[in-house]
Amino acid sequence: MPRIGTDEWVSEQELRTEYYTGLTAPARRAFDRVGPGPRFFAFLGICALFPFLTDSAFHIRIGVNVMLFALLALGLNIVVGWAGLLDLGYVAFYGFGAYMYAWVSSDQFDIHLPTELAIPLVVAASALLGLLLGLPSWRLVGDYLAITTLFFAQIFVELTLNLDRINLPWRDEPLNLTGGPNGIPGIDRMEIFGLQLSDVRDYYFLLLILLALIAVGLFYLNDSRTGRGWRASREDPLAAELMTTPVNRLKLLAFAMGAAIAGLTGSIFAAVQTGVFPQNFEVVLLIMIYAALILGGAGSISGAVLGAIVVASVPEILRTPENARWLFYGALVAVLVATVRPWRRLAVVAGAIVAFGFVVHGLVAWIWPAGVEGEPAGGTLGGLLDSWVILPVENQELLGNLAFVLLVAAALTLTQLRGDARTILLIPTIYLAAFVWETRLIEQPSVTRQLLFGAILVAMMTMRPQGLLGSPRVENPI
Amino acid sequence: MDFFVQQLVNGVTLGSVYALIALGYSMVYGILKLLNFAHGEVYMFGAFIGYFVLTALGGADSPMLPVAPLLILVFLAGMLGAGLLGVVIERFAYRPLRNAPRIAPLISAIGVSFFLQASALLLFSAQFRTYDTPQLIPFSTGIEWGPLRISLVRILVIGSAVFLMIALTLLVSRTRLGKAMRATSYDREAAAMMGVDVDRVIVATFLIGSVLAGAAGVMVGLVFERVFHFMGFVAGLKGFTAAVIGGIGNIPGAMLGGLVIGLAEAFTASYISSTFQNLIVFGILIVVMLVRPTGILGSPVLTKV
Repeated sequence: MPRIGTDEWVSEQELRTEYYTGLTAPARRAFDRVGPGPRFFAFLGICALFPFLTDSAFHIRIGVNVMLFALLALGLNIVVGWAGLLDLGYVAFYGFGAYMYAWVSSDQFDIHLPTELAIPLVVAASALLGLLLGLPSWRLVGDYLAITTLFFAQIFVELTLNLDRINLPWRDEPLNLTGGPNGIPGIDRMEIFGLQLSDVRDYYFLLLILLALIAVGLFYLNDSRTGRGWRASREDPLAAELMTTPVNRLKLLAFAMGAAIAGLTGSIFAAVQTGVFPQNFEVVLLIMIYAALILGGAGSISGAVLGAIVVASVPEILRTPENARWLFYGALVAVLVATVRPWRRLAVVAGAIVAFGFVVHGLVAWIWPAGVEGEPAGGTLGGLLDSWVILPVENQELLGNLAFVLLVAAALTLTQLRGDARTILLIPTIYLAAFVWETRLIEQPSVTRQLLFGAILVAMMTMRPQGLLGSPRVENPI
Repeated sequence: MDFFVQQLVNGVTLGSVYALIALGYSMVYGILKLLNFAHGEVYMFGAFIGYFVLTALGGADSPMLPVAPLLILVFLAGMLGAGLLGVVIERFAYRPLRNAPRIAPLISAIGVSFFLQASALLLFSAQFRTYDTPQLIPFSTGIEWGPLRISLVRILVIGSAVFLMIALTLLVSRTRLGKAMRATSYDREAAAMMGVDVDRVIVATFLIGSVLAGAAGVMVGLVFERVFHFMGFVAGLKGFTAAVIGGIGNIPGAMLGGLVIGLAEAFTASYISSTFQNLIVFGILIVVMLVRPTGILGSPVLTKV
């Protein structure tokens, strides 16, 4: 059960006991002994080595994506994790930063500001916009604020799509502000203090430096007067106000800082991509940033970065079927290890799943030979799976769809069962998941990604609302 | 003038659909203080279920039944399917979070919405489906009144929306369940202490709200004919806008808000520009939120300490 609504001491105690039991406890204890400083530098070191481990620009591009996501998640963490303001318009600041950078350094208006000037300008403008759009947070709380800011995000996308032919009275030809659906191409590469950033690798290092600086800044900010003020006004705005915390000013500050980081990230994104397009800033991205933050744990800096790594790299791994397959079966094993305890039971379940597969495969091959004729595409894992998972050659889509509906039903039933019944149902469910994966999901990475993120958000909220690295929050039911 | 009246009819048709969606948002919000982001997806599934039942019964070109019972079946299926989906969502995504911090169910709702949308994309693919209503009820049938013509489909949609709204109003104001719903929405804890089965009331609320959304989905399928996986997002936003404009948690308010949004949209599209249609709707919402956060018919909220 989620540790919510319990006494703070109890929740901390439970966290501690959970922390020091289970298979991974020794590793966690060892990790705990290392302070935040060495951990941070170790992380930086690994990130700095990454570009030297690979030659492919594609891999470094993924690294850039991860960094962009990490920055975005850090910015969102200020607003959502610390100040507790549900800002669903966050992606608009990111987009605004990107478009703003495009305006001052492309042929759109024939302005080419030096990068040292353009970036501060973009950051300042984004912060100002954040301040403006944060104003509703004075009057609106909770869901109302969420929906109003979501509309800001929608309006931003609508504007970028439609502001390409503005008729102005003092101009003969219509003004093209955003390029409409075609966006703004041909954005300048950055050049910082004479250093030309031409390669993806250069941007990777730029982002890494920014991430390090911002993470350190936020680390100290979190423990400062301002950070405490944010947390206080998140937990109880009324009490905080009475204690002379300037709640409204802090809300605006959170919005402005989040927007500034998003704007900065946006400008780098624009420079990396050398173009900006409206579809880069849609709600899907917003959900992904939220997924990153929630997964890692809202309110935790390392959590936001970890979540970003997962959310930004998983879709890339899903792109090639062979990798996706490893990831999928690895995740299944991880789920088993995490949910089935102790070891002996786990061994029995794993054996039963393998046996179950072979039995089903044998039965289907006997009754309906066409049902097993499909071959999982290539690779070592594919070869291993061939005689385990059934894969029909005809009606694959229909059967896969039916199995998907069944799988959802089985997964939902699983959450309601306890003890042996749960373990027994787990066996066919895992097999069903493998079947759905091989028939339907593996060929549609983008749909799979959406399904996964949706499911992760729900599962995270119902099972571990504080995320992977967050600390549990206590909120008394009203 | 004819054009104006024609747009008025358009607006009212659209408005009654939005009103039905808004009712679901509003009722759930009234009772749980939860913004059910997945409501738009429930509506989308309602439209799809209606489409598949229609297709299973021979489709619009060769229906196996006369028109009236066919339509009733399609409506019932869409409504029941959506209702069931709503109940399942409540059971698995919201109930475990009943006492969680406010942000948790909201994130969960966003997750459900995302999941359902992707499921629809997986199961039904990205193609547009059409109810092909003109084959069933030719657009030429309808009321002619001078130069003005209202097609039968629109009359049907507006009529059934009004019928559902009257039924809902009666349910909430006259029955025991309605009384329990009002009590729960006023003060959940006190209602529980007075012997109201709060869980049952919440399930009933989700069922009714989702049934209305399913009906709205079928109606949109009939009038505008296009059914696709992404239709729930914008419609959900607009339904929510309608609920907020009217005063969330307030049933007549949701109906009024739906009409306002529908009319605003129809008139913007026809008199100003269709590209700015969504912008104007969202603009109205933001202005209403800032000027009167409790909506037109809503009562001010007191903060309890």
